[in-house]
Amino acid sequence: MNADRLIRRVLKPLVFLLCLGPLAWLAWRAAGPGFGPNPAEFLNRFLGDWAIRFLLIALAVTPVRGITGWAGLVRFRRMLGLYAFFYVCLHLSSYTVVDQFFDWSAILKDILKRNFITVGMTAFALLIPLAITSTKGMVKRLGAARWQKLHRLVYAAGILGCGHYFMMVKGNQPEPLYHGAILAVLLGYRVAVWFRRASAARRNARESMRAA
Amino acid sequence: MLIQIRKRSDPRSSEITPKSAYLDYVSRRRFLGTAVAAGMIGSLPLPASAAAPKKAALQGVVKSRYKLDEPLTDTEAATGYNNFYEFGTGKTDPATYSKDFKPKPWTVAIAGEAAKTATVDFDDLIKPHQLEERVYRLRCVEAWSMIVPWVGVPLADVIKRFEPSSKAKYVAFETLNDPQRMPGQKSRVLDWPYVEGLRMDEAMHPLAILAVGMYGEEMPNQNGAPIRLVVPWKYGFKSIKSIVKIAFVEKEPPTSWNRSAPNEYGFYSNVNPTVDHPRWSQAKERRIGDSLFSAKRPTLMFNGYADEVAALYAGMEMKKNY
Ligand code: HEM
Repeated sequence: MNADRLIRRVLKPLVFLLCLGPLAWLAWRAAGPGFGPNPAEFLNRFLGDWAIRFLLIALAVTPVRGITGWAGLVRFRRMLGLYAFFYVCLHLSSYTVVDQFFDWSAILKDILKRNFITVGMTAFALLIPLAITSTKGMVKRLGAARWQKLHRLVYAAGILGCGHYFMMVKGNQPEPLYHGAILAVLLGYRVAVWFRRASAARRNARESMRAA
Repeated sequence: MLIQIRKRSDPRSSEITPKSAYLDYVSRRRFLGTAVAAGMIGSLPLPASAAAPKKAALQGVVKSRYKLDEPLTDTEAATGYNNFYEFGTGKTDPATYSKDFKPKPWTVAIAGEAAKTATVDFDDLIKPHQLEERVYRLRCVEAWSMIVPWVGVPLADVIKRFEPSSKAKYVAFETLNDPQRMPGQKSRVLDWPYVEGLRMDEAMHPLAILAVGMYGEEMPNQNGAPIRLVVPWKYGFKSIKSIVKIAFVEKEPPTSWNRSAPNEYGFYSNVNPTVDHPRWSQAKERRIGDSLFSAKRPTLMFNGYADEVAALYAGMEMKKNY
């Protein structure tokens, strides 16, 4: 089997199923032992946790590809990004359905009044156009350059997602900071690459001037 | 037996869940390294860990007039879903990480503006008083609630023994500060030791008790062994746990959550459905044990104890003195 087929036939389906793992686990809990003493909190936090994890995992594709040199990784990026969106949607649904039970006025008040929800909602809003334009057809329609520019919104969504988490916890709890640190490394990698490219470009320009 | 046992005619899945099965998630949801695999494995339930140390039944407890018509929260939930950051910030951390905690021997320092100040052994502090059972609502600031049968003694009776002076305007409480015994104190989630306080008239109110047990047994470690405060008309965090010091003071004492986030947690922190926490509404609450799709319940002014305590705050602006 060549590398392309291995990715298409084996690795992609495997990763696809793995990403459903948290959901399967949730289904098992729902059917069996239940969600514990505060099921609404359990569900919402579980989904929030996986939303931020998948967002970070999707953001890790480019740096890991750069460091390992495994170009094939990029072929998992869309799936992982869509999974992040998927878990954000489930997290938002659990808030809307279980926590507020479609109390739209309470939800609207929350979005406007409670900063951590305003921030979470903004992150969600930023992810919507990215999910819509994730298809091959859309990439073509937008053109690669514009598509790439648009998809830089994911950096902002990552920052807002981590901010939402940080703002939500009580006291000085470290978990949001761990996530923030990981995000900083993932975004820092991109900044470093950008700087290196920029200075390489300057060096090239200087050298070609000297040569001229 | 003094405790009403809830009728089990209609068990919900959460009620028949062994504690260990649902205790696993929240405590181990901390991001496990960075790996997906680690995260997924970390979410899988582990086999039951060693059971919590068995607590002795309390003898000679009398029922009090403080009862509620609502069913008691299951013991499993009341002792398995806790906020007690001295043992970790996850809801199941206190039960998990307090297993080795030895609450006895225990002394409480009585200090400050009083005729009698001393370091008193736990037994000497409690023995002179009649233990009573008080079934109270417990309303957490996080908008969930329980119905708990506490066993304890009126705080006022204990206070009177030490003859506070006229300068004693407030009572300040302090939790044990010992990171070796309370591993959660190794991280600076809050400024340790945890401190709380009441105005003298609040502390003297008959509803306020020093609790030494619940569900007819000695206080479980995760609920604040061996002795804790219970002030049912205030948010749960006011009911300070594992008390080592009670001081009578002239000025309003600092309180831990107020120091951590002054705009979110005031000194009074009375349960009040009309004053929202900046990050969430306090109008409603989730009753622990309710199912995923049960509606939230309306939160009651002073947690349902308005008739008894509203007079304490007559003329006070509750929005300012939150
Ligand atoms: C990119 C988008 C988002 C991400 C990555 C995200 C992630 C998270 C995380 C990690 C938590 C903390 C979970 C925990 O403590 O274990 C959380 C909590 C929460 N999120 Fe989100 N979230 C997002 C969007 C939203 C949106 C749009 C809403 C609602 C409009 C929302 C509502 C909440 C609520 C209410 C909590 C607090 C739950 C509680 O206090 O128990 N989130 N979120």
